[in-house]
Amino acid sequence: MRFSALRVIKEALTGHKGWQPLWRNPDPQPAYDFVIVGGGGHGLATAYYLSTTFRKARIAVLEKGWLGQGNIGRNTTIIRSNYLLPGNQPFYEFSMKLWEGLEQAFNFNAMVSQRGIVNLFHSDGQRDAYRRRGNAVLLSGADAELLDRDQLRAMIPFLNFDNTRFPIKGGLSQRRAGTARHDGVAWGYARGADLAGVDLIQNCEVTGFRIAQGRVLGVETSRGYIGAGKVGVAVAGMTSQVMAKAGLRLPIESHVLQAFVSEGLKPVIPGVITFGAGHFYISQSDKGGLVFGGDIDGYNSYAQRGNLAVIEDVAEGGMALMPMIGRARLLRIWGGIMDMSMDGSPIIDRTPVEGLYLNAGWCYGGFKATPASGYAFAHLLATDTPHDTARAFRLDRFAKGHVIDEKGAGAQPNLH
Amino acid sequence: MLIPHPLLGPRDAVEFTYLGDASLLARPDGLAEGADAAFHDYVYLRDNPAGVHRELWYHEQGDRSWLVVTRNTVTHEILGAELARDVALAMRGAK
Amino acid sequence: MTRLSGGLIDRSRTLSFTFNGRSYPGHPGDTLVSALLANDVRLVGRSFKYHRPRGVFSAGSEEPNALVTLGSGARAEPNTRATVAELFDGLEARSQNHAGPLGFDLLAVNDLLSPFLAAGFYYKTFMWPKAFWEKLYEPAIRRAAGLGSLSMQPDPDAYDKGFLHCDLLVIGAGPSGLSAALTAARAGAKVILADEDFRLGGRLLAESHTVDDAPATDWIAGVEAELASLPNLRLMRRTTVWGAFDHGIYGAVERVADHLPDPGAGVRQTLWRITARRVVLAAGATERHIPFANNDRPGILLAGAMRAYANRWAACPAQRVAIFTNNDDGHRTALDLLGKGVQVAAVVDTRPDATALGPYRTYPAAQVTNTWGRRGLTAIRVAHEGGSDWVTCDALGVSGGWNPNVHLASHQRGRPVWDAAAQAFLPGACPPGMIVAGAAAGQGSTHAALHSGAKAAQTALADLGIVANLPDLPRAEDTPLNLRPLWHVPGKRRAWVDFQNDVTVNDIALAHRENMRPVEHLKRWTTLGMATDQGKTANVTAIAVMADLTGQSIAATGTTIYRPPYTPVSLAVLGGGDTGAQFRPRRLTPTHPWAQAQGAVFVEVGPWMRAQYFPRPGETHWRQSVDREVLATRAGVGLCDVTTLGKVDVQGADAGVFLDRLYCNPMASLKVGMVRYGLMLREDGHVFDDGTCARLGAEHYVVTTTTAQAGPVFRQMEFARQCLWPDLDVHLISTTDAWAQISVAGPQARALLGRVVDGFDLSNAAFPFMACANLTVCGGLRARLFRISFSGELAYELAVPARYGAALMARLVDLGADLGATPYGTEALGVLRIEKGHAAGNELNGQTTAQMLGLGRMVSAKKDAIGTVMSRREGLVSDTRILVGLLPVDAAGPVVAGSHLFAEGAVQQTDTDQGWVTSACYSPHVGSSIGLGFLADGAARMGEVIVAANPLQRQNVRLRVVSPHFIDPDGGRLRD
Repeated sequence: MRFSALRVIKEALTGHKGWQPLWRNPDPQPAYDFVIVGGGGHGLATAYYLSTTFRKARIAVLEKGWLGQGNIGRNTTIIRSNYLLPGNQPFYEFSMKLWEGLEQAFNFNAMVSQRGIVNLFHSDGQRDAYRRRGNAVLLSGADAELLDRDQLRAMIPFLNFDNTRFPIKGGLSQRRAGTARHDGVAWGYARGADLAGVDLIQNCEVTGFRIAQGRVLGVETSRGYIGAGKVGVAVAGMTSQVMAKAGLRLPIESHVLQAFVSEGLKPVIPGVITFGAGHFYISQSDKGGLVFGGDIDGYNSYAQRGNLAVIEDVAEGGMALMPMIGRARLLRIWGGIMDMSMDGSPIIDRTPVEGLYLNAGWCYGGFKATPASGYAFAHLLATDTPHDTARAFRLDRFAKGHVIDEKGAGAQPNLH
Repeated sequence: MLIPHPLLGPRDAVEFTYLGDASLLARPDGLAEGADAAFHDYVYLRDNPAGVHRELWYHEQGDRSWLVVTRNTVTHEILGAELARDVALAMRGAK
Repeated sequence: MTRLSGGLIDRSRTLSFTFNGRSYPGHPGDTLVSALLANDVRLVGRSFKYHRPRGVFSAGSEEPNALVTLGSGARAEPNTRATVAELFDGLEARSQNHAGPLGFDLLAVNDLLSPFLAAGFYYKTFMWPKAFWEKLYEPAIRRAAGLGSLSMQPDPDAYDKGFLHCDLLVIGAGPSGLSAALTAARAGAKVILADEDFRLGGRLLAESHTVDDAPATDWIAGVEAELASLPNLRLMRRTTVWGAFDHGIYGAVERVADHLPDPGAGVRQTLWRITARRVVLAAGATERHIPFANNDRPGILLAGAMRAYANRWAACPAQRVAIFTNNDDGHRTALDLLGKGVQVAAVVDTRPDATALGPYRTYPAAQVTNTWGRRGLTAIRVAHEGGSDWVTCDALGVSGGWNPNVHLASHQRGRPVWDAAAQAFLPGACPPGMIVAGAAAGQGSTHAALHSGAKAAQTALADLGIVANLPDLPRAEDTPLNLRPLWHVPGKRRAWVDFQNDVTVNDIALAHRENMRPVEHLKRWTTLGMATDQGKTANVTAIAVMADLTGQSIAATGTTIYRPPYTPVSLAVLGGGDTGAQFRPRRLTPTHPWAQAQGAVFVEVGPWMRAQYFPRPGETHWRQSVDREVLATRAGVGLCDVTTLGKVDVQGADAGVFLDRLYCNPMASLKVGMVRYGLMLREDGHVFDDGTCARLGAEHYVVTTTTAQAGPVFRQMEFARQCLWPDLDVHLISTTDAWAQISVAGPQARALLGRVVDGFDLSNAAFPFMACANLTVCGGLRARLFRISFSGELAYELAVPARYGAALMARLVDLGADLGATPYGTEALGVLRIEKGHAAGNELNGQTTAQMLGLGRMVSAKKDAIGTVMSRREGLVSDTRILVGLLPVDAAGPVVAGSHLFAEGAVQQTDTDQGWVTSACYSPHVGSSIGLGFLADGAARMGEVIVAANPLQRQNVRLRVVSPHFIDPDGGRLRD
């Protein structure tokens, strides 16, 4: 069924009786050519591109819970392509281009909204670093602008310009950045993949890999053994746990990131704003909630919940930056498990086990990467060669010293 | 969170800085054969368990002790804390 | 006026308040809603999506409908639940989310369009044409969405944070909470009793029950008096415990001044972090409703709320009411209202065996199937065994049973468990140390609540080794609900489940049809439970409706995750007072007051405030001051406070060995009395920090770090000492704050210093470049002197105990007047170091290697220092970028940090990028802008002209690659 305004009108006039399930609930088949482990954003996007763009068939996505249960279902929805390093930026710009045509491609309104991002800076050193980054963005073919204080005042007058500990000196902006409705992205990919014949199998937990002579043959699951030509794992947060079943130890730690939403308010925040002197970033959803976040809690965790210190830290940052939000109320706090990699950048690569592929290590920036990550992983699965924009995301870069360390924080995951 | 400091009793976790897996105590010998591979594993690879985890916390806003805290990463329950120095010395003794 | 008799309001005083500009009277003890009801105001708001007229639905913090904006100007507070807004004189409230007057909301057209606005409709349309989303559809949706508005002005009130500790935290001061607190406090335990209400008693205040044959308020007053007399109990009214965090830490907000006409200079709200050894959760229960067609009209509310308004606040939404119930509790409302003189038109009971408990008409085996009344209820349609009647009534109380408030019990991911006998979700695995009591645990009768509270306290304290005796508890009602579950009245018309977000039974059915059946999909597809009430009155009902559709049990369907906060918390109080200029502490250098007196301009450098430059009369631009300071330093002598650089004292027999392992270059071989430049790597082989290492004695070194890395370096040193090499005899202490350190730089530095040292030989022979010593200055003041230079000039750094820093600076300036002694700030410091080609923060950004700094040969291969092994990795070694100096070909040309470097004539894009400008400044010495940068193959490109591209600012500047040492490349001045 194709979604359209006409369809909505027709169904409205006929009591909504004609709507079909967004996807089937198939039982797993004995074997597939491609098994994607993980029905989150990246897994679903991988299946979507594998089936549509790369024209592969006999594909299954195995999800231990419900589709979109992972970090696609619990993030702050920011999309942007304003990275510094050449290993990253072309990939994220590729992702941005996919975002820009996504809804028409998968016939689902994921509310991709390019309302822009402004990263504020507060010192000359920060300005220099942002200028370097903004120029890198422009040189990659994406867009960026450097804004001075007066431009910012005109654009975002409610920022705290005058009574501050760390005065705002300017900002780096990307107009094509913005937000998307996170669940909508998962559902759009899921529906698109299902229509292309992919079996989306929920409540199906992978409990092990069957490996012989260094090659993966299939996966053991809570719903029985499923044979596979190739297995792609995209289970952010649980990567170490799942890959340990294949005997692999990874440069990843799992950390908790909390995110926050306020009660619904009439529009106040135009795009995405990030504070440069504290851990705070904010946007406003179409429904009116202020959606914001800050730093990870900083300790290894699989709890999907965090602690009070970070909540206070985030609120302090918000109040320092825009004290007009003081009388808004926090409605809900949640936590997700982040694959914090050792250099802050992801991995899309083969593994030492033949036929087993890995998509992991997105830290807390995986949402914006969803389209390109799915596309590049599908490319790798389909062709056994990395996608042009994802060549740097190798697993052996740590051994060889080709790390992609945007923050320059070194091999300490909780600093990225 | 509250960290049960072996010398100071329960202290709020905000006084501490977190580093990571206590395997960082076992630094390889940089002059030994195969140091490259040993350091790659030491610096970059982690067990990252969902469950009991021995990890390093630094009492930065306190007495500057490095602690090895045993904590469950699923429930955040803390099972114990020792001075990292004692653990490191015991490791040396065991060698 | 629908003001009834009795109630817990103070009729001796009248308060005046306004709603939508109209003035009304009320009394102390009223909430905004009780006062509105008493004034016959039933329409208080509009729903989120369809803009349906809405009245009050509950009598507590679970309220989905009665949201108002309280106050005005910068104090305007949107989305305030009017049900818990304590009335005060002068309170101003406005309804929100409507276009035009509340009674004639133009957006109510959405209600007519509702067939087109079913669950998830927006995912299926608004996609064409593509550009219309941001330009047309989304702005319209955003304007229509949202509830109240922010004032856009900074919050003017003060907030605070505090810490509390206790043996037992009792959350909720209803019958179970009061009995728990009493039990524990009598046993001598340190107890905190917190309740969100302004009055103790919880549900007891809403009931007409007697306790020990007297009004419940008598018993509450007795308990309150006893609790007040016990010094080990802290009573916290108006305090919401909103989150359960790890290890017994609870977040709570005390609304200190929200009920006062003027908060004055005091704190408006306080965020408490309560660390509790044990917790009794006595949070009560929330009544649930039964969806039926058009069940959202003003005048339809929870039966228990109707009873609460009558009993506690002497208010009723109407003179003639009806009740719709599936249990005995609905009948209690009928009885209480009758007792207050309200007409009860009918009790519609779904149970076939229903019998009236009083003189009112009861319809057994009956259901409400529709309602009437555009802006307020006027009649209900009752389907019963004998047919179907319209019953006129102006209010309807609905009772579908009670949902225990399991929220805080579930904040650590323990899922509530469905209990078929109770027909409710009861707390599952609670946070460690928590016991749930009273209605929150399904113990809903007053008797059961009193007993379970006392028992919970006793059990909790026994865990702590405190013996608590159960008190003699008063006689109280212990009647069962006799509930027969009914989750919704079947029908085609819209029956609301989630009022605020306009989610109906039909929407749930649609989600079912579209295979959005898991509760998380249901929630996300329909927005169920995502309103400001987090679905307190909706979620369980929706789960049951979905379970009915799928044929799965309610237990198997399960709940979504309960997340903090229990009720919404203001962002201001979460920030506490740490906002504005108080956002972070300010560290001041020892010479700060002196620099202030000199009129210095200050700049934030991490946590520090440092003098940026010292303007003099006549200087109108910062560059004039900076150029003067730079030239004065190079010509005479400059003085700069460099205290912010980290200092670590390293002592012990193994200090040298220890430092050999920390620095990539050797330190053990350093001679006593000498200083060496040192480079520290991270274990991944990249540069961590640079600084100096001075050896003051055989077993005594002083390490300096950059300002930014002072903390991390000290942390790493302690890590190395305690964790890596605990067998070494070495001790560390940070002395950054103990010593004031002043840089004395320039050709006249020795002459100036000679005027303050106490007979110390400063000659080149006695105290050469890179020498250090302990000495005294100014007639006996203990000091340390280092002959090191960041500026490239003959220079020293002189350290004295911090309290003498300002005095020393003043004396040096004074004594050096004839030598041209000039204080300089961080700007001049930056220019001096760029001219000399020293790396600083812009170069040491964590992505740099020793090789990139041109210091690759410093990394000793003979020893095992931190980072040595990994610095040899292929990716690091093959990186040809190296630090170079950059001069504009056209002397007037700008050099801009952050520009990217390209070969002349090259296409400028990512894959032709050859480096970037790290630092730049105007050099008064060179007479043009200069820069430092990392350039691929830079060492081999001296003299080459390259292009610095700064497309952000549309600049393309030709630069010549030169040595990074713009002054004194041979270092002659240093050794002079």
